[in-house]
Amino acid sequence: MKISAPMLPLTALALIGAAAAGAQVPAPVQQPQAQAPAESEELVVDVEGGISAPMPIAVPYMPTPASVSTQAGETGALGRQVAEIVASDLRNSGIFTPRGPAGLPAISYPQVTAPDFGYWGGTGSQALVQGFVQANANGTLTVGCYLYDVYAKKELTRQGYVVEPRDWRRAAHKCADAVYSRLSGESPFFDSRIAYIAESGPKDNRVKRLAIMDSDGANHRFLTNGQSTVLTPRFSPDYKQIVYLSYVDKRPRIYVYDIGSGRQRVVTESTNQTFAPRFSPDGKWILYSMSVNGNTDIYRVSANGGQPVRLTNTPGIDTGGSYSPDGTKIVFESDRSGGQQLYVMNADGSDQRRISFGGGRYATPEWSPRGDLIAFTKMAGNFRIGVMSPSGGGERLLTNSWQDEAPTWSPNGRIIQFFRSSQGRSGKSTVWQVDLTGSHERQIPTPLDGSDPAWGPLLP
Amino acid sequence: MKQIGLKIAVVAAIALTGACAQKPKDLPPPPGGTVVDPNANNGGGDVGNAIIPGSRADFLQKVTSDRVLFELDSYTVDAEDQAILDSQAAWLLANPNVTVTIEGHADERGTREYNLGLGDRRANAAKNYLVSRGVPASRMTTISWGKERPAAVGSDESAWAQNRRAVTVIPQ
Repeated sequence: MKISAPMLPLTALALIGAAAAGAQVPAPVQQPQAQAPAESEELVVDVEGGISAPMPIAVPYMPTPASVSTQAGETGALGRQVAEIVASDLRNSGIFTPRGPAGLPAISYPQVTAPDFGYWGGTGSQALVQGFVQANANGTLTVGCYLYDVYAKKELTRQGYVVEPRDWRRAAHKCADAVYSRLSGESPFFDSRIAYIAESGPKDNRVKRLAIMDSDGANHRFLTNGQSTVLTPRFSPDYKQIVYLSYVDKRPRIYVYDIGSGRQRVVTESTNQTFAPRFSPDGKWILYSMSVNGNTDIYRVSANGGQPVRLTNTPGIDTGGSYSPDGTKIVFESDRSGGQQLYVMNADGSDQRRISFGGGRYATPEWSPRGDLIAFTKMAGNFRIGVMSPSGGGERLLTNSWQDEAPTWSPNGRIIQFFRSSQGRSGKSTVWQVDLTGSHERQIPTPLDGSDPAWGPLLP
Repeated sequence: MKQIGLKIAVVAAIALTGACAQKPKDLPPPPGGTVVDPNANNGGGDVGNAIIPGSRADFLQKVTSDRVLFELDSYTVDAEDQAILDSQAAWLLANPNVTVTIEGHADERGTREYNLGLGDRRANAAKNYLVSRGVPASRMTTISWGKERPAAVGSDESAWAQNRRAVTVIPQ
């Protein structure tokens, strides 16, 4: 699942495209890198919420210079699907109101680099995304992606992606990422994957399977067959492995699953239960919890195995450890004070300090990849997803349902996924996401019920 | 297992009265609804009506209950639990070749990972009490299921009370 060739500057791509299309496309004008416009002129969209309404953005279907049948389908059909994915990603970010691609006029290939600003200006769309899909002689696809400021009548960014046909959706996500980043100033996140637990069957005998999918739910794949209960997966930073809890042989222990080979191995041999595994940001360490005669502490072990190091030794249940993005600190939960609360310690276990004091119980802390916030589950009546600063200030609750649990961060630290359980004998779990304003909440489509989502980093 | 279910219902009802809880929407079946025939086939270990000594069926017939229930967020073995575990200890001492697994469970109103720790606490609380009654620790293994394997599937106080449990499981 890799982009097969380095990204080419789109200028080159467009020229190639022009040549292939019989030089119908004017070569894009080489513009000197413009000075950043004054802030009042800059087209921006506000991720933090605040006063801005979602930005209207037009995403017409993307044409192809020549209809070619590829392993991923016909290039014209792919162009339509890429535009649909871009619009869907932008809508799901919560900060855009995409228009199209359905219902918008068809764009010709030459128009991709020469948009009809007069027309788009009359539609109320502030920004415009155009692009194309082209089959290359070597079997790859080129997806071009152009972002325009409709009112200023200028191009804001252009990107070209050369991908294997099977990775065509990644090109669409990268286009959406380019648009999102350029207009919000935030880091990209659509081109990423999610590991989670697919659930089925009755509540008292639920079948739980390890599964992975793209950030929008596409390319879904089951990794385990459900014979053994599995829980709490986490991707390694390079996406090559997943660490998780399995009840194989009726012994709950943490395993590493190698996605390439499908092999699984025990991380650390013990007769005690090991659980709550997390990779360190550099992938070298695995943090986990181990219960010894009713007492649970947090340990660290090399991802390759070896001698574990115990990091906590307070009576009680210490679990749910999560590294800060620089790897120097760990946030975890402990009931040492009588109920579950959040604590931060140095990566070697020193200087353990409680950071949650808001009343109720706090659990499942996850440090944002940006480093600025810690997401958690707060239990006070309902179970709700919230965030606070690493020093414990600025608590904000983002959801309010009967039972929301186990937040996981988007790669850019702007969106949180979690799982939501419903009540009763037919109660089930589903995967949801919410942005940091708390106002954009939606369910992630999964073929079965789902829990324990774990969002990986931006794909390499 | 019907016999066990009935005993749980009674215990749950007592717990409810004691806690002065709101009337749950989903009450356990009233006592008397299930008449237990002591000679009924209770599953594994039976040959005709004869229960094999040392079998699961023998255990379930002889002990007060195969499980102890816990208060919210607690792993305290109270007097009622002690009486149940005393009956289990007596059986285990009379059947010294049987090894058992003690399963610890939690109700659904906790987070998944914490509940794995909590289930481990409960399993070990039961195990440690049995050890204090002379059952060798080497004959008992523990496993925590957290909230993954509820005994009652409702989302109310009576279901949660039945799910906060440690169950002594004899090999079939």
